[in-house]
Amino acid sequence: MFRNVEELVQMCEDQQLPISEIMIQQEMSVHGRSRDEIISQMERNLGVMERAANRGIVEQVRSVSGLTGGDGKKLNEYMQLNDTLSGHVMLDAVSKAMATNEVNAAMGTICATPTAGSAGVVPGTLFAMKEKLNPTHEQMIRYLFVSGAFGFVIANNASISGAAGGCQAEVGSATGMAAAAIVEMAGGTPKQSAQAMAIALKNMLGLVCDPVAGLVEVPCVKRNAFGASNALVAADLALAGIESRIPCDEVIDAMYRIGETMPSTLRETGEGGLAATPTGKRYKEQIFGASSK
Amino acid sequence: MKYRSVFDIIGPVMIGPSSSHTAGAARIGLVARQLFEKKPTWAAFHLYGSFAKTYQGHGTDVALVGGILGFETDDQRMTESFQHAKDNGLSFTFHEEEAQLDHPNTVRIRMGDGKDEMELVGVSIGGGKVEVKELNGFDLRLSGNHPAILVVHDDRYGTIASVATKLAQSEINIGHMEVSRKEQGKEALMVIEVDQNIDIQTMKELSKLEHVKKVTKIHE
Repeated sequence: MFRNVEELVQMCEDQQLPISEIMIQQEMSVHGRSRDEIISQMERNLGVMERAANRGIVEQVRSVSGLTGGDGKKLNEYMQLNDTLSGHVMLDAVSKAMATNEVNAAMGTICATPTAGSAGVVPGTLFAMKEKLNPTHEQMIRYLFVSGAFGFVIANNASISGAAGGCQAEVGSATGMAAAAIVEMAGGTPKQSAQAMAIALKNMLGLVCDPVAGLVEVPCVKRNAFGASNALVAADLALAGIESRIPCDEVIDAMYRIGETMPSTLRETGEGGLAATPTGKRYKEQIFGASSK
Repeated sequence: MKYRSVFDIIGPVMIGPSSSHTAGAARIGLVARQLFEKKPTWAAFHLYGSFAKTYQGHGTDVALVGGILGFETDDQRMTESFQHAKDNGLSFTFHEEEAQLDHPNTVRIRMGDGKDEMELVGVSIGGGKVEVKELNGFDLRLSGNHPAILVVHDDRYGTIASVATKLAQSEINIGHMEVSRKEQGKEALMVIEVDQNIDIQTMKELSKLEHVKKVTKIHE
């Protein structure tokens, strides 16, 4: 089993295999399952992601609190009608990331990647790449195994829990996972995937988890938007041959230590940051009543 | 390593909005239900850390009750679990605790049916993955990701060996095993994670072994 990114990249280079293949083979050997079983489970997850993203783009979804919903659809309509500033691929990823998270906030069915609060980034970028790179069905599945491989390393060496490590552990992890997966799909090397992951995660370090009214809505939906855009930029940087001066595993370690020292008010308790602003508190009162603490 | 599968990262498929507060909470509830082995009539949920602060917003309450009712993380009935509880004669209470524990997302579940009672401490560690830290006062570590059996027994020599021998005879492989006791010579607990589900016959034979008091199983 690979324990860190360095070992993962080394295994790829030694065996001349892509990251997705190393992840698939590890899953087979650790759990004693056949390739078919593993691939079909991932296919089911992909199907859930597709339905969630499409639902958020087409339907006017609305969360129970009414704080979020409809922005993914709004952005998608804007893209169709306008010559956008940041471009079609970028906003395609962003709108589908937001759409997925709006469905999540509305208690819809989603696939956690790596968590529900960060569930938009990996599918959002994947479905934008589907249009941009025209991948095969197999490449779409492989995208998820690459994302999983990097998330696996982060989860075991740092954290993917906002309560433990802040939003950097959730959207930060997701953006790194997506960046690495984009690189493999676009034909980059395993080393470039690792660089993309490092670059993407570095730019999310210190990001706090400060949900308004304790809901996975504000600022989560828009943080997924920026997680997706960050992943695309990081992937392009890595494909251009740009390297992170700090190695990927050390970035993950830094993320872990930042999470450890983050005050609990900024780790998903809904007590600090945006949740503690006058407007944030007002929303909480409106939603849960003035009696809520 | 806490996470062993790619599907711990890309997954679970779940009803939103939070993997740790909704899916994780549902899984802790489900493990509790499996360990209790029957329909409880009451449950008390003591919430700690981030669970205590944000449980309503994240649907933690709905998910815990759903789990106790036996719902999986992607069960569409989850959002209406309070109504299902009412229909099934399950009453429940929530208690926000102030104490700071090691992990921020922790719940202590006390449940019963008027005849038996059970107490369990579960932790949601992120991405929908959970651990059971305590059962009826015993410390343990149980992920709920593999089939497992729990054996309550008297703390006497040879008991662990006889359980292991019985499993070997049934060709069941042990993946992880832990033994704990509250006091030397008194009641003890074995937690055995195995690779495959255990059949009823083996369960019966295990429960008949000397010094074994109770055998329970949970499965994926």
